[in-house]
Amino acid sequence: MKPLEGVRVVELGWAAAGPLVGKYLANFGADVIHLESSTAPDVFRSAYPPFKDNVPGPDRAAMFAFYNDGKRGATLNLRDERAVRIALRLAGEADVWIESFPAGTLGRRGLGADALRRANPSLVVLSSCNQGQTGPHAQHPGYGSQLTALAGFNELLGERGRTPVILYGPYIDYIAVGYGVIAVLAALERRRRTGEGCRIDLSQYEAGLQFMAPAILEHAANGTVPTRDGDRDPVAVPHGVYPCRGDDAWIALSVWDDAEWTRFAGATGIDDRAYASAAGRRAREAELDARVASWTRSRPRDAAVGALRTAGVHAAPVASVSELATDPQLAERGFWRDVPHPVLGRLTAMSAPFTLSDTPGLPERGGPLLGEHNEAVYRGLLGMSEEEYAALSAAGVFA
Amino acid sequence: MTAAASLLDGVVVLDVATSAGAHCGRVLADLGADVIKVEPPDGDPGRGAPPFIGGRPGPDRSLPWLALNANKRGVTVDRGTERGRAQWAGLVARADVVVQSDATLAYEDVARANARAVLVTITPYGATGPLAGIPASDLEVTAASGALHLAGEPGRAPVRTTLPQSPFWTGMYAAMGALTALAARALTGRGQHVDVSAQASMATVHPPAIVFWDLLREEHHRLGPYLLGRSIVGARFRNIWPCADGHVSFAIQGGAIGRHTGRSLVAWMRERAFDAPRLSAVDWDAFDNRTLAQADVDALEAEIGPFLLTLTKREFFEGVVARNMLGYPVSDVRDLRADAQLAAREFWRTLPTEEGDLALPGGFAIFDGARPRACRPAPRLGEHNAEVFGAVPA
Repeated sequence: MKPLEGVRVVELGWAAAGPLVGKYLANFGADVIHLESSTAPDVFRSAYPPFKDNVPGPDRAAMFAFYNDGKRGATLNLRDERAVRIALRLAGEADVWIESFPAGTLGRRGLGADALRRANPSLVVLSSCNQGQTGPHAQHPGYGSQLTALAGFNELLGERGRTPVILYGPYIDYIAVGYGVIAVLAALERRRRTGEGCRIDLSQYEAGLQFMAPAILEHAANGTVPTRDGDRDPVAVPHGVYPCRGDDAWIALSVWDDAEWTRFAGATGIDDRAYASAAGRRAREAELDARVASWTRSRPRDAAVGALRTAGVHAAPVASVSELATDPQLAERGFWRDVPHPVLGRLTAMSAPFTLSDTPGLPERGGPLLGEHNEAVYRGLLGMSEEEYAALSAAGVFA
Repeated sequence: MTAAASLLDGVVVLDVATSAGAHCGRVLADLGADVIKVEPPDGDPGRGAPPFIGGRPGPDRSLPWLALNANKRGVTVDRGTERGRAQWAGLVARADVVVQSDATLAYEDVARANARAVLVTITPYGATGPLAGIPASDLEVTAASGALHLAGEPGRAPVRTTLPQSPFWTGMYAAMGALTALAARALTGRGQHVDVSAQASMATVHPPAIVFWDLLREEHHRLGPYLLGRSIVGARFRNIWPCADGHVSFAIQGGAIGRHTGRSLVAWMRERAFDAPRLSAVDWDAFDNRTLAQADVDALEAEIGPFLLTLTKREFFEGVVARNMLGYPVSDVRDLRADAQLAAREFWRTLPTEEGDLALPGGFAIFDGARPRACRPAPRLGEHNAEVFGAVPA
């Protein structure tokens, strides 16, 4: 048994922020139908590498396959009136509707939240877009990598006095994904209790700002404008990333109180009475950092991490992406999972970062090919006759 | 009661987590659950975390603690005493969800007391496996997740976000796990154990990197302000630029919106009498950023940089919105507080504190036209003892 067995989701979205919501719901047992049109392919099918053998093609795109695992896929050209009526029939068969187009896009096609709720009053409708469904910037298009900057994250990333650096990937999109799943699950919880549907307006910008709350409070309380400060921390000292022996090998370590310092001093031999208190370590932080770095630089990374962990000191290797793929701890949790895909052959899919002891959910197959499940959805689920399906197909309604 | 507050009406959550897991309860509280922060008699250590209101420590003055525990009720329980153990047993008996940020509570014990309860355990690496029980703060889990390796300048130490992020990521996924387990309970009638890993949570923030490694064995590294992953010939694109009064985020991009952005940039530069022969020569209708050689990217970017340097963050923002182009300023907190879109959507809420009301981000979404309710302040130590235990406090 899976937690969302019996829940059907219809999803019209693109790139990461919408589709990844459906991915998690699919992993936990929902029947998620990803609706798209071959006339306006998802950027993850077209503009974003990598592609199989580095040759572009909608079914060769690994980003799409990765972000849409576990779903069924059907194509529908919403520029056709008949397609809009079909979408409304699908809304009637669904528990959840997810869309992530710029505000108003689906409304102009007759598929706004009001029309959907008329077709199905108990439907949970999640609209996720860049800056929300209302307001002066509602129509403004954007990608997560830049919205992350607007929300203030990059101002806080980098060394003091140097240019901010990027957060790899569309950082804020994944925040909006987590909150999107939470919003849908909470609305389903209420529906189980009351039978009511729900209309959810999720601004990816506002979702991201939840993770900025302490900085905003600090400004409100004290007038300070928080900025980037490398790897320093207001409490722990030392607290940083230090070079180890070898090429681009780094250790992250931190010391949170004087007892931990004593253990650290024992393990490293950096033993100086001036460092016994946090105030003493803070007063000579640059000198201390240099001494820590000279200890780490003469050691292989994993040996340094091992020595500190054995001593009960906070330490971890700075893992590269290739190391992550074979990380024993993540493997123990089944976090990466090899799943089949008809064109790519196989791909590594990502599980949720939590496990459930009684009703686990895991990725089982890569994202659907363009129109892969058209027959199952239109003939099977909607019960179209062979003639109707063939005629609509020939008319380009399923393009 | 607003719509948002009623979503989790009747759901009782016990929050015994430290600040590493407190965000989970905060999310559930925002959605209307009755979240009870259960602290030891001397208080949650998070009350001692800087920065403080006015820079002066005090149990109700830690700004991160106030942010993470708004909308919760608070009780103190001394589990070293018989009375405390009885109070705790009474709480567990009526709980739907219990959230902890270490492995103190075993699921079997919780289940024996209340088979319908969901236990959420939030730890750095997860409850089992070779690293279970190893201590790690935000810095170490970010390092172990791969996220740290991908942030920073080449040849220099990787950097973490100065405002710790992993407690938010981990708490958010923990709330997702708790709600998934409640959905399962509606089918099975029983609770279960939700095991949340901070390392795995932070590994969800950079999937394109693992996809490139998985498919092409192409490994991505930190590149300062540059983006990878838009090219099939390995080109990188600048995404953070200096401007007149700070920085902006802008990139040469593909797809319909990216081509429109490029075309509009050329027109904008022409209005400002900026000479941009390379950008002007691009056929934007046919532009394909995937196949552009690095030398061509560099040549185009060399024309963009001087133009952006003449604009303030605000001018850039107004310009891209007016032209429907991709791009945003790199905001600081002052920019956020002044943002017209957030104001128009009545995003900000006020958090009452002992030194007056402070601005706090409002709820993460609008449900049936309403945002989650106005903030209840984070509880004072033992504030709701009498209300929750129904007895005269000792």
